[in-house]
Amino acid sequence: MTRRDAILEIMNQIDDELIICNIGFPSRELYDLEDRDKNFYMIGSMGLASSIGFGLALAKPDKDIVVIDGDGSLLMNMGSLVTIFANNPKNLTWIVIDNGAYGSTGNQDTYAKVIDLVDIAKSVGFKNSYNFNEIDLKEIINSDDVSFIVYETDAGNSSAPIIDLDPVTIKKRFMKSIE
Amino acid sequence: MMDSSEAIYNGLKDAGIDFIVSVPCVNLSKILDMLNEDDEITHIPVTREEEGIGICAGAYLGGKKTAILMQNSGLGNSINALKSLTELYNFPLLMIMSHRGTDGENIVGQVPMGQSTPRLLEAMNFKFFKPDTPEAAYEDIKLSWNLSEEEGLPVSILLEIKYW
Repeated sequence: MTRRDAILEIMNQIDDELIICNIGFPSRELYDLEDRDKNFYMIGSMGLASSIGFGLALAKPDKDIVVIDGDGSLLMNMGSLVTIFANNPKNLTWIVIDNGAYGSTGNQDTYAKVIDLVDIAKSVGFKNSYNFNEIDLKEIINSDDVSFIVYETDAGNSSAPIIDLDPVTIKKRFMKSIE
Repeated sequence: MMDSSEAIYNGLKDAGIDFIVSVPCVNLSKILDMLNEDDEITHIPVTREEEGIGICAGAYLGGKKTAILMQNSGLGNSINALKSLTELYNFPLLMIMSHRGTDGENIVGQVPMGQSTPRLLEAMNFKFFKPDTPEAAYEDIKLSWNLSEEEGLPVSILLEIKYW
């Protein structure tokens, strides 16, 4: 399965949830597949998707937040697993699309190839740590605990274009959509 | 005369800050205790400062007024996020930094980063204040959130060792 198809599969189960999407091709593919005001596209700061989603989840406890992260980005901010688990933002669903590669920079291998991210999250303490193919995403989003979901895909990118929204517009329309 | 820690806390309160992330410094410990006692402020300790910059951006998206408390060493750990997240999207952010490696420092390891900290902020085109007294710190902090929002850039308060 491609990452683009994985994102499409996720979006098929999304209604009014707020989405924070990882930098690079994941955001480009999401923008190409289903642009919406409730999508926050990262244009910089690799690694911080889960942190942004966590801050938003704390500020908006009555909203459901879905983070679309990547394995290379998670490896850059592993401390986030600990911070998020310790605070248990139950309205946060953290999906890591694991293609074992730094996709946006030319598909160089990541170390995620030799580790099991679901087991790592479990060892930190996440009760809801699953592979995507084991779960019903909507049930997980509505569950009373923070959730960590790994979605394994093949490496590679689609031909999704560069996002032609400027970052401040992305932020402003996202914030307006929450009001 | 105002207490040096209370001045920071009061400045944050009167600036309307209601969401704070932190990595501790011994000089900030009294303020961190006060934050933990304050039900109006969400205080999230983080594992690394850069992570905190991301959390603050997310909290601002959700309507919070955000600040990070850290040592100046944390500036080094956060530079890319401050540029390619905070500045890129015009997120306001108040940065309260214990400025180690300044006059009176007794840990040699703090000195190189301490000396470079103001020049790093200048190179990043981020405004900063270096208050000498609690009264000045209170005033600088109180005004800095609005300044940060107007500019769409982080504003820093550097608290040198002699401040405490």
